[in-house]
Amino acid sequence: MSEKADQIFILLKDWLVSFLPAGWQHVAGVLLCVVMIVAVYPGLFALAVLLERKGLGRMQNRLGPNRVGPFGLFQPIADGIKSLTKEDIVPLRADKVVHFLAPVMLVVAVFMGFAVLPMGRNMVLVDLDASLLFFFAMGASTEISIFMAGWSSRNKYSLLGAMRAVAQMISYEVPLLLSSVAIVMMTGSLSLVKIVEAQNQYTWGLPHWYVFTPWGFAGFVIFVIASMAETNRSPFDLPEGESELVAGYFTEYSGFKFALFFLGEYVGMFGISGLGVTLFLGGWSSPLAVLNVVPSWMWFFSKVMVWICFFIWVRGTLPRLRQDQLMNFAWKFVLPLTLLNLVVAAVWRFMGEGWLRWVVCSAVLIVVYAGAGLSEMRRKKFGPRSYRYAE
Amino acid sequence: MSVAFWLIAALTVAGALAAVLLKNLVHCALAVTAAFLGLALMFLELDAQFAGFAQILVYIGAVAILVVFAILLTRGSETPEKEIGVFSRTWLAGLIVAAAVFAVLGWAVLQSAAGLPHEAAVPAVSVQQIGQALMGQYVLPLEIVALLLTAATIGAVIVAMHEKGDAQ
Amino acid sequence: MLGEGILRGLAETARNFAGSYFSKERLTTVEYPEERIPTIEAARVFPFLVYDGPDWEAGMRCVACQICEKECPPKCIYIEKSKDKKPDYTGKPQIYPARFDIDVSVCMSCQICVEVCPFEAIKMDTVFELSTDDRFGGLLQDRKELAKSNEYYHKIHPTEAAEVDARLAEEKAKSEAKAKAAAEAAAAKAAAAAASPAPAATEVKPTQPVIPPKPAGGGE
Repeated sequence: MSEKADQIFILLKDWLVSFLPAGWQHVAGVLLCVVMIVAVYPGLFALAVLLERKGLGRMQNRLGPNRVGPFGLFQPIADGIKSLTKEDIVPLRADKVVHFLAPVMLVVAVFMGFAVLPMGRNMVLVDLDASLLFFFAMGASTEISIFMAGWSSRNKYSLLGAMRAVAQMISYEVPLLLSSVAIVMMTGSLSLVKIVEAQNQYTWGLPHWYVFTPWGFAGFVIFVIASMAETNRSPFDLPEGESELVAGYFTEYSGFKFALFFLGEYVGMFGISGLGVTLFLGGWSSPLAVLNVVPSWMWFFSKVMVWICFFIWVRGTLPRLRQDQLMNFAWKFVLPLTLLNLVVAAVWRFMGEGWLRWVVCSAVLIVVYAGAGLSEMRRKKFGPRSYRYAE
Repeated sequence: MSVAFWLIAALTVAGALAAVLLKNLVHCALAVTAAFLGLALMFLELDAQFAGFAQILVYIGAVAILVVFAILLTRGSETPEKEIGVFSRTWLAGLIVAAAVFAVLGWAVLQSAAGLPHEAAVPAVSVQQIGQALMGQYVLPLEIVALLLTAATIGAVIVAMHEKGDAQ
Repeated sequence: MLGEGILRGLAETARNFAGSYFSKERLTTVEYPEERIPTIEAARVFPFLVYDGPDWEAGMRCVACQICEKECPPKCIYIEKSKDKKPDYTGKPQIYPARFDIDVSVCMSCQICVEVCPFEAIKMDTVFELSTDDRFGGLLQDRKELAKSNEYYHKIHPTEAAEVDARLAEEKAKSEAKAKAAAEAAAAKAAAAAASPAPAATEVKPTQPVIPPKPAGGGE
């Protein structure tokens, strides 16, 4: 029974496709999966937008939207109608072709990434040998679209926002990739399906997720920070900071194109959360061996939603980082720690099984992290705060 | 020579021609990005997965950005307002240079193709084999490339620092 | 820089999030217009005219002295005196305002009219939902709209109203006592004049009750 619930989407697809002649079945199956992905993720995007507004509201001692529908549940529909019916204003001297193509390219690039995410047992659209590399390649293509958006608007501030966004994304792409290289080292394969299967084993009821190892945990923290920066998410949202550059690189976009940018940003968030879940949190495997009765796709999506809730939580908590603080953080703190993490992962691998490798790896990581952190603090020379009151 | 090959080839050639013939430099940079994409698709069509995805990751994700930044930081992005039309004034010269380079490269490839072994099937190269080759047989070129990149990074830092010194 | 500040911040926002479902201090939103925050006693928005008793015309305290009209900085009050008189709270016939208009769009809620009124006739109301779509007539409140009872005044400003009532009662008592003393003195004088054969023993009319002195401004 639980096996059927687990594979329900596969069985449904096979049943639907069996109505077609044999030659068309494979293509129809793939098309059906693509349609499902394109339908499910914007739905999740609507849910995430609602969650964000309500969650941020509650964290800021206020209610979120609660007028449209019960508890504001129809607010995304109202937002959709608004963005569809707004006038689409293109600046007179803007570069029309590039201005039009930028949101299109963004949405295409972020949706392509979902082709390789294993969303459940046997539920991956394309099982590539180098699927992790494919995902990162698609993520890198989003930078071009951001630059296109900023430049084609012929607006100084848009261009500035686009430059900042591209610089930030490039800087944080290196820790993002390197923290996943440690995972690849351990699994021995670039294929996301194999990475999840490697984590799907249980010892004493606890899973072998990579986040439960010292180097995996450090890699996870680095991946979370880098993914927040990749998707221009607070506290790294200076390029689109509302109080800074109006809306940064999408200032000159209105109506449906703005909605596409918004959609692209959130769906990109889902994509990178999905990748993080696959790499570190075990993908579709359940946390305890006994809980395998719950379908695998349910585990995947709940983990992704937990990740999104964590993003929203961090957005409600931390102030925005300034551009130079952001870059300093990336190149002087996160990148050296990522390289150290790689070395520690290698040490783990070559030390063999046993408790010694846990102690050694954790000790090295903690000591270096504390050392780097405290030396940064000391260099900044934070004195006691002084206040000056108006007399 | 399947349909896919002709379509990808058309995309690549169109992108490359547009990169040479267009008036606006940033449009040329975006067209060369399209040509890179065409090359990546060509690699993928030949079942070289690693090369194709690495092409997208490196060329479109980094080199294209670099080209665009270079155009923007110099004054190449200013378009002369008096000109109408999509193509630049010097399109003929660009086309002649491109044709000359193509002729030289094509002659070189055809000459060396005569010496290649005739194999019907291409062996599938997995990422693991690439990795082992890089670390085993080709480790010296790998280290030299790394050294070159480090030298370039240090040079960039020194150039930027000098500018700051001049400004002060 | 070890990240403990971030963790503490995350804990604080989590506490805010969870507490907003239980405690009122973590969720300070008041869903206007279904709920309203009760106004504090010292709130003031727009003036109103106080009347004692059930009839607003007969019990209105205002005697059209026009001091508030003269003192109002943006000159939003317009008063027309009446031609006849009606008795005020001490029984003495006073003129009353035939017209008393205040313009909502001009009034700046400075409360100067309240401070200068010698008769405790004009006080500040706390109603703020005065907006209307009639730009010219709707924003001019006339005498009838401005008149509100003393009970209403007690409801919105209890301590102030109690103070005012105490003061008015005291003055009324004082003036009655003075009137009684004057009447007794006049009666004694009349008796003395009647006793002694005075040729021109004119009956002295009882003296008018004294107009209560201007109350101190801090009493409001």
